[in-house]
Amino acid sequence: MLTIDHLTLQLPYYAHGHASWWKRRWATCLDDLTLQISAGEVHAVVGASGAGKSLLAYAIMGLLPPAARLSGQLNYQEKPLDAVRQRQLRGRELALIPQSLSALDPLVRTHRQVTWAAQRAGQPSTGARHAAQRALDHYQLDTQAQQAYAHELSGGMARRVLTAMAHVSQAQLVIADEPTVGLDPHQRQRVLDALRGLADQGKTVILITHDLRHALPVADRVTIMRDGKQVETALACAFQDDGTSLNHGYSQALWLALPDNAFTTATISKDKQGVSVA
Amino acid sequence: MRQPQPRLRAAISLVVTGLLVIGLIASQWLLGDTPQQMQFEARLAPPSVDHWLGTDALGRELWARTLAGLALSFWVGSLAAILSTLIALSLAALATLSSRLDALVSLLIDTLLSVPHLILLMLIAFALGGGTQAVIIAVAVTHWPSLARVLRAELWQLRQAPYVRMSRAFGKSRWFVLHGHLLPHLLPHCLVGALLLFPHAILHEAALTFLGFGLSPSQPAIGVLLADAMRYLSGGYWWLGVFPGLALLLMVLGFERLSRQLRRAL
Amino acid sequence: MRVIRRIAKRLVRLALVLLCVALVSFGLMMVSPIDPVDAYLGPQMAQVSPEQRALIAQRWGFDEPAVVQFGHWLRQLVSGDLGWSHVYNQPVSEVIAQRFQRSVMLLGSAWLLSALLGFSLGVVAGAKEGTKLDKAISTYAFITASTPAFWLAILAVLLFSVTLGWTPTCCAGPVGVLNQDVTLVTRLHHLLLPVATLALLGIANITLHTRARMLELMRSDIATHAFAQGASRIDVAWRHGLRHASLPAITLAFASLGELFGGSILIEHVFAYPGLGQATVAAGLRSDVPLLLGIALFTALFVSLGNMLADTLYGVIDPRIKVEGT
Repeated sequence: MLTIDHLTLQLPYYAHGHASWWKRRWATCLDDLTLQISAGEVHAVVGASGAGKSLLAYAIMGLLPPAARLSGQLNYQEKPLDAVRQRQLRGRELALIPQSLSALDPLVRTHRQVTWAAQRAGQPSTGARHAAQRALDHYQLDTQAQQAYAHELSGGMARRVLTAMAHVSQAQLVIADEPTVGLDPHQRQRVLDALRGLADQGKTVILITHDLRHALPVADRVTIMRDGKQVETALACAFQDDGTSLNHGYSQALWLALPDNAFTTATISKDKQGVSVA
Repeated sequence: MRQPQPRLRAAISLVVTGLLVIGLIASQWLLGDTPQQMQFEARLAPPSVDHWLGTDALGRELWARTLAGLALSFWVGSLAAILSTLIALSLAALATLSSRLDALVSLLIDTLLSVPHLILLMLIAFALGGGTQAVIIAVAVTHWPSLARVLRAELWQLRQAPYVRMSRAFGKSRWFVLHGHLLPHLLPHCLVGALLLFPHAILHEAALTFLGFGLSPSQPAIGVLLADAMRYLSGGYWWLGVFPGLALLLMVLGFERLSRQLRRAL
Repeated sequence: MRVIRRIAKRLVRLALVLLCVALVSFGLMMVSPIDPVDAYLGPQMAQVSPEQRALIAQRWGFDEPAVVQFGHWLRQLVSGDLGWSHVYNQPVSEVIAQRFQRSVMLLGSAWLLSALLGFSLGVVAGAKEGTKLDKAISTYAFITASTPAFWLAILAVLLFSVTLGWTPTCCAGPVGVLNQDVTLVTRLHHLLLPVATLALLGIANITLHTRARMLELMRSDIATHAFAQGASRIDVAWRHGLRHASLPAITLAFASLGELFGGSILIEHVFAYPGLGQATVAAGLRSDVPLLLGIALFTALFVSLGNMLADTLYGVIDPRIKVEGT
């Protein structure tokens, strides 16, 4: 479905308080990433803040800032996914649920924004309005919320509006960037169930989250990232017991750090301490 | 593909502008009294090899007068911009001391902003009786409100910022807070503000002088040159009107560009 | 109710600002080294004996302390009397009314033109960032933003009036024809060049501002999200950009009234257009203090009302304000 082959991403920055303050430097934000994501799976990408998870999402969607330097190969359904193809597929085949709530336009009513999303996915205007209505109903947003502006919505409602906007696009690959932040357990479960439901329909979901706990119940496979590097990709069922079936110390530590698992450094097997655990 | 490097560009612009300004100042020293020298045999001569930009009604070289005018504009503009920035900074600082002072300062800002700049300039120049000093003071006094508004908002925000309050709570002195926390934030604003004010100051000085309220007609200011040119407009002496204004435009454009690049780079 | 209270608050503020303008400008007139009696007499200065000077000073109250003069002037002001203009030998209020009638044509059309054109150019440039069109528009805007208004007017006269002879060089109508005999076409013919010059300068400001807002939006989360939905740049500019750029553009258009008026002073001076701007210059050069004070107050009122209108409009259009205003 989607293969990522030796993907490396660099962004420019300037050093502060340095003699050569005018000189541009490059920071490596994604470092030699290789992933294969197959149809019908929920693939979780887990890592701390700053691990490069969101940048990976933007790289797949082709939404990186123009100054970014990208190398490596992306393939979508056996064909190279270059900038031109990304532009064609965005909204129709590829959808993104953004992390930031400020992705909603504060000057446009909710219902209209969702309708626009449907139109951009190629639906005619009346069809788009109905599709938007159905999606909003599905995520339990009532008439009042549909007629509201972004600042009048609660965090959880806004999150559901963003999910609904990805929902109307009928995309084959959905990238959900931290879709559970700010939701109560009940709503979080609804969103995660909805993502699982998409995968069960044969679509592909990339679930980006910093919380391994939320990813494991719905994910088929999990990729752990750290500092732009891929630590390891494992089946979700490998995260069990004391984590000895995991290949890497960092993923093991992440698993053991969950409140249900009593974490002690001693439990991490010696030969797997490739990365020091801070 | 070569990508633009904003900071490198800004650094180059800074050097080029600096060299041009030094050249402009040096040229005044080399020119001596050429701008005022009359040539009776070459009155209103069009541009040629002998008279690069032509001569005016008294046979004075236009290129020399234009250069002198640019230097004059530069001095008046930079002094006024610096003075204006200092006024803005001190009033913004004053406004943070108490809410009553703040109300007073914001009333003053509103008052000055509600009168068109040019009218206020005319009033102040009128009150001070004209001349170079009057123009510098008038331009400085009219241009600070917009910058003061920015600085005032910034200072209020900084005062509320947790790290500044923590610093006070840890028993750091007022001086330390000002020096260590506030100034590093405000200085870039002031620098960019002064650079932004500078082109405005130059343009307003020229306009004021052009209308007859600013520098005295005996000085070779750009405004004076253009006001002179007005009288010879219908006679077809186009060079008198075109060149001084073009020179002023190029200078203002140069500084505008520099300030834009610095803002983008910082 | 809330709206009424807000408007009342604004009106009080407006009155306060106007009082301050009166105070500041009167103070400035008082410290001026120019002798009010000399200013009153003008060229006849030399023909007057000291006794007559004292008489004039007494008649117009020049010999009284500044505070008393200010109080006197303010009382007159409240009763609607702005004083007597000795340059035009008319009441100040009449001078301002007549002159403003002529200026309003110039100001209004230049304002409308620059706001509409400036906004459209800014939106187009911002939506097509980096293209040749954007570069052309921004270059134009950057250059005109740095151009001295009066120089542009001089160039326009040189080119269109002197060289090409398409437009008249001066005034609001042909010389020697009474004002009421001037036909509308002639009037417009005389207005053409001043309006074009003034608008050309006003466009730059709004274009640059709108373009900056568009670029800001195009890099925001809103635009990234729209792009992720498959929207084109045009789509984002049209649906999101127009909304986000129009609000600040409205504010700026009203806030730039003062600058526009300043520009009109210079342009009226170059084109010898007998409007309020020309009267301002005459009042300043010939020390007509009452007229100068009257014009300062009038323009302050004009600009403040513009700003108030912009604030109110903003509150009506922007859905976010309604909640914050409570």
